[in-house]
Amino acid sequence: MHKAYRYSLGSKTYEFRNLADLMARATPARSGDRLAGVIARSAEERAVAQMALAEVPLKNFLNEVLIPYEQDEVTRLIIDEHDALAFAPISHFTVGDFRNWLLSDLASSDMLASIRNGITPEMAAAVSKIMRNQDLILVAQKCRVITAFRSTIGLPKRLATRLQPNHPTDDMNGIAASILDGLLYGSGDAVIGINPATDNVAQATRLMKLMDEVISKYEIPTQSCVLTHVTNTLECIEQGAPVDLVFQSIGGTEATNSSFGFNLATLAEAEQAALSLQRGTVGNNVMYFETGQGSALSANAHHGLDQQTCETRAYAVARKFNPLLVNTVVGFIGPEYLFDGKEIIRAGLEDHFCAKLLGLPMGCDVCYTNHAEADQNDMDNLLTLLGTAGCSFVMGIPGSDDIMLNYQTTSFHDALYARRVLGLGPSPEFEAWLEKMQIMSNAAGACLNDALPPAFAASLKTLPAGNSASEVSNG
Amino acid sequence: MVDQPDIHNDDWNGVIDNPWRRLRQFTAARIGLGRSGVSLPTKEMLEFQLAHAQARDAVHTPLDFPALTQQLETLAEQYPLLSDEPPLKLHSEAVDRMTYLQRPDLGRRLDEASRVLLQQEQQTPEQPFDLALVIADGLSATAIAHNAVPFIQALCEELQADKQPWKLAPITLVEQGRVAVGDDVGELLNAKTVLVLIGERPGLSSPDSLGLYLTWAPVRGLTDARRNCISNVRPEGLNFSEAAHKAGYLLRESRRLQLSGVQLKDRSGSLTGPADSLSESTAQAATIDHQPDFPDEHTTIKPASSPAAETKNFLLG
Repeated sequence: MHKAYRYSLGSKTYEFRNLADLMARATPARSGDRLAGVIARSAEERAVAQMALAEVPLKNFLNEVLIPYEQDEVTRLIIDEHDALAFAPISHFTVGDFRNWLLSDLASSDMLASIRNGITPEMAAAVSKIMRNQDLILVAQKCRVITAFRSTIGLPKRLATRLQPNHPTDDMNGIAASILDGLLYGSGDAVIGINPATDNVAQATRLMKLMDEVISKYEIPTQSCVLTHVTNTLECIEQGAPVDLVFQSIGGTEATNSSFGFNLATLAEAEQAALSLQRGTVGNNVMYFETGQGSALSANAHHGLDQQTCETRAYAVARKFNPLLVNTVVGFIGPEYLFDGKEIIRAGLEDHFCAKLLGLPMGCDVCYTNHAEADQNDMDNLLTLLGTAGCSFVMGIPGSDDIMLNYQTTSFHDALYARRVLGLGPSPEFEAWLEKMQIMSNAAGACLNDALPPAFAASLKTLPAGNSASEVSNG
Repeated sequence: MVDQPDIHNDDWNGVIDNPWRRLRQFTAARIGLGRSGVSLPTKEMLEFQLAHAQARDAVHTPLDFPALTQQLETLAEQYPLLSDEPPLKLHSEAVDRMTYLQRPDLGRRLDEASRVLLQQEQQTPEQPFDLALVIADGLSATAIAHNAVPFIQALCEELQADKQPWKLAPITLVEQGRVAVGDDVGELLNAKTVLVLIGERPGLSSPDSLGLYLTWAPVRGLTDARRNCISNVRPEGLNFSEAAHKAGYLLRESRRLQLSGVQLKDRSGSLTGPADSLSESTAQAATIDHQPDFPDEHTTIKPASSPAAETKNFLLG
């Protein structure tokens, strides 16, 4: 379909079938690309592919689309929305020049913001493939993406958290117990977001009402979200449920999104429906998206692309709908896509960098499953690196153990560690609330009060004092 | 400012306790852990590592196939329903655990030696088996070691009580197997239905969850939309008699309707639930469903419980 790319090394000439093939061979090693059969066949081939990729002009990405325009609405979105004016200052660069420029002092925060609509996902993915981890951190840290609903996300020196109070049977008191635990550890400024165990409209509505009442009663400057299918949330809105944010898992190809049961028109409808409720106070970003490398391959919808390029294309979908929050669920999908801590850490940094470069409020579910070659130390590393890179938010869950989804993500304690060691505060509205409620004496310094805050002590008093053992009832 | 605590006092352990820990009456989540500074106290940190170690061992410890074979042979003496042929030991195309973890496609296919072995077993098409039970290690050998034999015993009780006879194929044991490997087994054995017992991806608090996958008319290449799944079978989750009750219901319905998957709904009700729960209640939907979007063992474990009553919430006073 498109021209082949060649690169000579001594007497040997490497040939890559087309731009997609070159991108895949240039990708740092990971199990998902091996599973798809698109990985470099040797370490040398990968290094050579990276050299060849560095010589590709950025303009080529506008002329050589990786998935045909006629076949894929995500390609059409990328091409139709490309801003030629924003692209002009970087239009003469090769991928290698682009890396140099991104690292240079010329690429200030303002400059990066001004060109973001001229960058396509494929350009971002390409340059990330020839960047080391420190490059990904340094450039991401320069990117500013600020969004707001009832709290403001993405300000410099801030790290927000999603409070994730999941329960295997959606027990309302069980969920409330985890919400309380999180709030008392200063978590929840990005969103209080529940993955429902029972996924239907009635259950989502019950959970929305619970969170809405808690947010109202304690006047918390945050927003709620039930992570149910976008069509369920649309139905909830029609029935008058208190919807703050609309959630959807998204992928980077039309076929992936079809397998998830939605298209771009569905998301547009959902954004308009949520905006019509006018529930935001300091801003109107009403969408929450999750992504993750490997989703396209697992839906058999990757069109022969490597998984990181597919992932980055999902960011074109996200940025069309002005999200408050986007996060990659980096280690959730399993070792057939990202095998170990090294691959998970690399992917987390790539996803964060590419999304920030494209202008998304990117957070990360720093996580792993028990069949991956990873542990808490790997998560400590990734959390620290992402905090340094200016990650918008991370997850917060009691003791890192999600008892509903059966995986491990960052805990309330972990977020406080990151805030302390990196000097990061919560969102400003939430920071003021934590001090007003006497949860923290100094929220900017992540200093918790030892005494139980009065408003919550009063709620706990309503419980019978007995049954204090750590026994678990069946709800 | 607080007074400086006396760290030489015997009562001082550096931990600030959380009085809301008693809310654990509502959830198994690790709430109210307390803190040392803003970090996990030593005890809680080490307990977490133990749980992770157990989950890791569940994934990586090889299943003791000789012991399992012996237990199944003992069980067969007790239940004439089970084939008197000894269990057949098979292997997927994933040669070892590292390959298995990275190549799910290989774990879904029987290797050549296993195919040859089963072709020798094959019945003539005039006499198909009604059911083939396949035990695969999956992602938790611990789940199989703890729960496979007691579940099969409960299933035998269930099937013995059925009006129609059940002709069972020899039990097969698949090393490095994923759910779809049952399709190969069922097809080669000429079984009308295959029920795969497989170790699910271990959770931190549930390293030994057994999953059950039923497929009518198994052949290589079916998708998960053709399967019905019963998840989290273990004493602390869905217990053996309830799991066997649900499996028995699905097996009878599958046989009657000659299908499985999306079109086969669980209306089996609960043994322990209220008498009027013989409809698709929340709890049923939560414990059993076909899961076309989840590849293999990547199912969310959803333990059984009665739907939460709309009671007053402590946090709302």
